[in-house]
Amino acid sequence: MTSKTISTTVYDWVDERLGLSELAAFARHKTVPVHAQSFWYYWGGISLFLFLVQCFTGVLLLVYYRPGVEAYESVRQITFVMHFGWLIRSAHAWSANLMIFSILVHMFSVFFMKAYRKPREFGWLSGMALLGLASVFGFSGYLLPMDELSYFATKVGLQIPMAIPLIGPAIANMLRGGPEVSEFTVQRFFALHVVVLPAIFLPLLAFHLWLVQRHGNAVPPSEEAKPAGERKSIPFMPNFLRKDLAMWLISLNILALLASVFPWALGKQADSLVPAPAGIHPEWYFMSPFEMLKLLGAVLPGEIGEIAGILLFTLGIVLWILIPFYDVGKESGQRARAAHYFGLLAVFALLTTTVIGYWTIR
Amino acid sequence: MSEQTHLAANIVEEPGEPHTRRFFLAAAGAAGLCYAAALAYPIYRYLASPEEMALSATAVTEVTLKDAQKLPLASVLMFKFGPSPAMLIHHEDGRWVSLSAVCTHLGCTVQYEPQADRIHCACHGGVYNPYTGANVSGPPPKPLTLYKVAVNDAGVEVSRA
Repeated sequence: MTSKTISTTVYDWVDERLGLSELAAFARHKTVPVHAQSFWYYWGGISLFLFLVQCFTGVLLLVYYRPGVEAYESVRQITFVMHFGWLIRSAHAWSANLMIFSILVHMFSVFFMKAYRKPREFGWLSGMALLGLASVFGFSGYLLPMDELSYFATKVGLQIPMAIPLIGPAIANMLRGGPEVSEFTVQRFFALHVVVLPAIFLPLLAFHLWLVQRHGNAVPPSEEAKPAGERKSIPFMPNFLRKDLAMWLISLNILALLASVFPWALGKQADSLVPAPAGIHPEWYFMSPFEMLKLLGAVLPGEIGEIAGILLFTLGIVLWILIPFYDVGKESGQRARAAHYFGLLAVFALLTTTVIGYWTIR
Repeated sequence: MSEQTHLAANIVEEPGEPHTRRFFLAAAGAAGLCYAAALAYPIYRYLASPEEMALSATAVTEVTLKDAQKLPLASVLMFKFGPSPAMLIHHEDGRWVSLSAVCTHLGCTVQYEPQADRIHCACHGGVYNPYTGANVSGPPPKPLTLYKVAVNDAGVEVSRA
């Protein structure tokens, strides 16, 4: 038997049992639309790639990381003792930030292309849930090194649920594992970060990706208005996949460059008796809500301001999540325009509060 | 061989094209391999770090056990010689013996039993001579490594023979 007949026989054997040719036929027929806004289609894939990087580098960190009392010491060891440990840790931290960034770009591109409309409502909802989980990943992961910055960032971050009337303190204590951020907090954030969150995130991600396969890429309204004959598309296999993988390679190169040229720092060990360092601030993706609360606190001082801030913020997020249910029309009518302006307002508010946030630290 | 592939390629490709095509594929393959190696190397070194640390610990040739000269007769002191467990035995007759405590069969830590005057491995029943380290019975294929012992007022110095 020649090697060709052997591989055909093996393929037939597996195909008969797993239905590979059906998958191949599906992949052959899958197409991706081509138009002026096609560039934005890559951002979901980039987010997925960076998530895979997170899984991979996360497992590598798990090899030496020890939660609890030894958390700081083990991260110090990873960073300064283990060969290339600094690089693995730096890649994990950078990739986390890049992933949040690319998810945000993905979300806004979906929003402005109105890709959340029927039949893609579940895609939007699951995507929002994934973004929510990604930010909890970020928040919980930030504490794990237990250095000064992560300690105070977590302390401040957990003050936010404290402002919820009645149940706030109970929630905050439950998250902290006591009245103060301590080794118990690290231990439970660790469990959350490496077990609970992935266990929820992975099936949700699978659902999200399955929906993308099921409904295909959405096209923006301007494209939808064109007659079917004028719309262009390319086959997914191999044309789009090749471009997608090229994007992954570019992302990996950017990540490698950032991680090695700007290695992630490790501060001094957290000590509750040492005053908070000057200029302490949340991660950039939490800067906007943090600043909004601060600004509102200046207008409405005291507890009222905090509660009003949380209410306003929650209302905004709920409106944002529910967009597929009130911007339903196919044509660009009044509601579609209103949704568009809501999106622009959200981008504007996020950007300005982030800029103000960074401006006022200095 | 290369001439053959050249000929075969010429049949399907335009003349002149296969060289550049083959060169391109080879270059792309080589670049891909370099890229993969550049990714794999730091990961390998990262995961191999403890092994390298242990290797540098194996370079240890001498251990000083402070106050070990006070060890009572017919008793044992377990200690680490570099990365691996070792034992210092003060025999009933006053002799000092130091041996590796790693069973030569499958690596369990062995135990000195003064009442039976033997070194025993609980894993598979290997038995060693507590004076020489010789494998007496059971599965161990080799004797335990014997170290040199020097007792002074401050402690006991154990070194590689």
